[in-house]
Amino acid sequence: MTGRNPQGVFLERRAYHKRRMRDLARAVPIIGAVLISIPLLWPQGDDGVTNSTAIVYVFGVWIVLIALAALISRVVQSDEPPAAPAEER
Amino acid sequence: MVTFNILVAVALLYVAVLFGVAFYAERRAALGFGGWLHSPIVYTLSLSIYCTAWTFYGAVGYAARSGVEFVTIYLGPTLVMVGWWWVLRRLVRIGRSQRITSIADLISSRFGKSTSLGVIVTLLAVVATTPYIALQLQSVTLSFAVFSNAGGQAWGHEELNGAAIVVAIGLATFTVFFGTRNLDANERHHGIVMAIAVEAVVKLVALLAVGIFVVWGIAGGPAQMLQQIDASPISHWEQDGSRWIGLIFVSGAAFICLPRMFQVLVVENVDERHLNIAGWAFPTYLFLMSLFVVPIAVVGLNLMPAGANPDLFVLTVPLSQGRDGLAMVSFLGGFSSATSMVIVSTIALSTMVSNHIVLPVWLSAHKGQGAKVSGDVRSVILRSRRISIAAVLTLGYLYYRISGGGTALAAIGLVSFSGVVQIFPVLLGGIFWRGATRIGAAMGLLTGFAVWGWTLFLPSFGDGAIISHAAMQHGPFGIVWLRPDALFGIDGMDPLVHGIMWSMILNTLVFFIGSIFSFPTPLERLQGAQFVNVFDYSVGSARWRSSVAGAEDLLIMSQRILGGNEAQALFQREAKSQGKAGYLPDVTSDFIERLERELAGSVGAATAHAMIGQLTEGSSVSVEDLIAVADEAAQILEYSNRLEAKSAEQEQTARALRDANEKLTALSVQKDAFLSQISHELRTPMTSIRSFSEILRDGETTAAQQGHYAGIIHDETLRLTRLLDDLLDLSVLANGQVTLQDQNGNLRDLIDRAVDVAGGDGDGMRILRDRSGENFVLHTDLDRLGQVFINLITNARKYCDAKSPMLKIKVGLVAGQHVVDFIDNGTGIQVGNQQMIFEKFSRVADQSKAGGAGLGLAICREIMQRLGGQISYLPGQGGAAFRVVLPNNKPLSNQ
Repeated sequence: MTGRNPQGVFLERRAYHKRRMRDLARAVPIIGAVLISIPLLWPQGDDGVTNSTAIVYVFGVWIVLIALAALISRVVQSDEPPAAPAEER
Repeated sequence: MVTFNILVAVALLYVAVLFGVAFYAERRAALGFGGWLHSPIVYTLSLSIYCTAWTFYGAVGYAARSGVEFVTIYLGPTLVMVGWWWVLRRLVRIGRSQRITSIADLISSRFGKSTSLGVIVTLLAVVATTPYIALQLQSVTLSFAVFSNAGGQAWGHEELNGAAIVVAIGLATFTVFFGTRNLDANERHHGIVMAIAVEAVVKLVALLAVGIFVVWGIAGGPAQMLQQIDASPISHWEQDGSRWIGLIFVSGAAFICLPRMFQVLVVENVDERHLNIAGWAFPTYLFLMSLFVVPIAVVGLNLMPAGANPDLFVLTVPLSQGRDGLAMVSFLGGFSSATSMVIVSTIALSTMVSNHIVLPVWLSAHKGQGAKVSGDVRSVILRSRRISIAAVLTLGYLYYRISGGGTALAAIGLVSFSGVVQIFPVLLGGIFWRGATRIGAAMGLLTGFAVWGWTLFLPSFGDGAIISHAAMQHGPFGIVWLRPDALFGIDGMDPLVHGIMWSMILNTLVFFIGSIFSFPTPLERLQGAQFVNVFDYSVGSARWRSSVAGAEDLLIMSQRILGGNEAQALFQREAKSQGKAGYLPDVTSDFIERLERELAGSVGAATAHAMIGQLTEGSSVSVEDLIAVADEAAQILEYSNRLEAKSAEQEQTARALRDANEKLTALSVQKDAFLSQISHELRTPMTSIRSFSEILRDGETTAAQQGHYAGIIHDETLRLTRLLDDLLDLSVLANGQVTLQDQNGNLRDLIDRAVDVAGGDGDGMRILRDRSGENFVLHTDLDRLGQVFINLITNARKYCDAKSPMLKIKVGLVAGQHVVDFIDNGTGIQVGNQQMIFEKFSRVADQSKAGGAGLGLAICREIMQRLGGQISYLPGQGGAAFRVVLPNNKPLSNQ
């Protein structure tokens, strides 16, 4: 795509932003998986982390993921037609 | 106290409301007012069938037993949903472009519309889902029992079984009624989706209500609640890491592979953009469903007597506090969870069973006469769906009865999940990897199925129930490394994680190796390309030879599947788009292709393909034939392409040689001309020098004559020198040996100097200039540029034949480049000579007047080319006019 036109290297600001948002959309589940695995490093048993802390942490991560997904949907949604073949990059 | 009868009445009323909602939605959709049915909210809510009674009741029980681990079941789907960009977007696009009717259809369609794969996936789904349906029946009956116990009537097995039968029959009725009303071209069920959306709201509200009551009504606020949690039996974080990760993986994968989830996620999806909203809305739903699970569990553990079933805390806690209304709401929530799951599951399974098992059997039984002659296919399909629904529910009921409705059921949820997850590798491979083949997929699925059955499913019936105690302990036939809970002798793992790990590893490995070492059929490769590259192109290539089947036959068949009106509308539309009136379009391969896809929306890809194949039998070209022909053609094409490339190459070489030859010839001619010109130019002064020097040598001259002759000789020598200088200059320039010295300088100063050198203003010729326009800085070799200007001014001085010669020097900007025009008021140069004047030794005027060899303009042109500028004759200016285009980009900004 960029090979055709030397000026195509630089995207217009909005389009650039949108493309980065798609990167974010791809990254969110990975971020989530990492965050959710962190409790496995916690000390276990009676001297370890209490379940109330664990609950607050897990649900906190959950809210962060939801917020990220909502943020992305606002940006990605607006003008995405059902068919958008060029976005695969 | 809520009496049992009131409860039954409420439940019946609720069911009636659901019927009403579903009916209303169907009506609206049929009338074309279904806009609001297609909202992303309804889509999101319909996804909530993920949360079954297992969630509604079971999550609390799970939390009471194992603490926070229960959230893994919801974190997996959350990750899948927030990561919709990876897999779901692709699945939904494929589902829409290929008219996928179920997950079995997806797999079968991807791997060359294979009937056998459809059968395998269908069987796997039925086996894995049946226990799950049984679980729902159990939870509903148990919740009835709770109320009847509270009312003083203890239920025994008889009553429980009776209730289970009633519930199963009721569910079957509802599902048959709304699930098989029509054979939608795209297999969507508006009424059911709407009813599910309502149930989703009910179960969320119910669970939240119980949760809020527990936290604020019993515990006294969030802070106290957290304290209570830390004081409870599940106070500390004690999590087995392999289970944590394994369960998140299984629940995430099952979220995609469960037949009912695939049904709502992909098949019932009406708009791809809904995924975008559901991407955060559904995780929010799951979040809310999970939020109060631990509090309810902890409060239940505190309040209820030891030994009370924690799976029923959601009901028993409000009841024990005398909150009958809340308990009723909670009951409806559980009821909703169970019923919506069963309804969608049975629809999904019945679609799979009828499309991938019943119809192929029916088609092969009617081979020969096929779709053309026999009765109404449509009624066959609908009947087979209805029977399948009843059969699936019967299976669920039987499983419930056989397993005794005991606690063994509670564990079956995860076993069921890990069963359907066996489809996951093939699904992912199918949509991301073109190399996946039918054979690899079948082998992988069967391997996964077998390992899952051996390590998880069969042991789930209990020790000694199906697998003997000895086999459990020492492996089958004493083969120790085949023990169901320690394959290959790896002992001590959590049985669930063990089963999932081995089944996934072996499944994926066999699928991969099988795919690599098998060769796909042409149809597989075609479908594979379309699935994997679904974002690049969503249309298939032609598969049927045109006009092989009569349009009428096709219409008859389509009517049987789609129903009269729909089929006629379809054909009419097609005929219209071809510019024909009536119902019978030309049977083009495009049309057959579209029709096949339309039929696939009702009966699945494999069956649709087979039916069209039957109809066009005998005259149709098989894909294999086409590909074989195409292969041959491709080989020939490649060969001829190679030949063509070679001959083109040779032609190119020949042309280059010809060009080079012509250039050489032209150069040689030029050289000859140049030499003769040079010798001519040199001989003229030499002749006069020789003759005058002879006169001087002979010594018969006067002193005055001597002076005169010596003057002539001197002049001629000067002319020779000048000629030689010019020649040298030209040759240096032409060979590119000249080094340019870039300087900065003002154009006005440069022209001033040139005018002075060329004899100044006045002195026989007036020079008109626009001095302000000349005022800018140049960056170039100023000496060389000055040489050009001097030459032009001198030429004007020499050749301008006006009475009062005048030279105008004009500076301007043409097409973004600075130009300097030299325009005199003489007669100018004739059109024919205008090109020639820049050639060497060309002279238009008579030689004596010029006093030069005709090299000046040639030199000017060479200089300007070297500088990156240009000099040309400018016609139509009322005199001789030359335009010097100054070197590009060299002029700096105006001062």
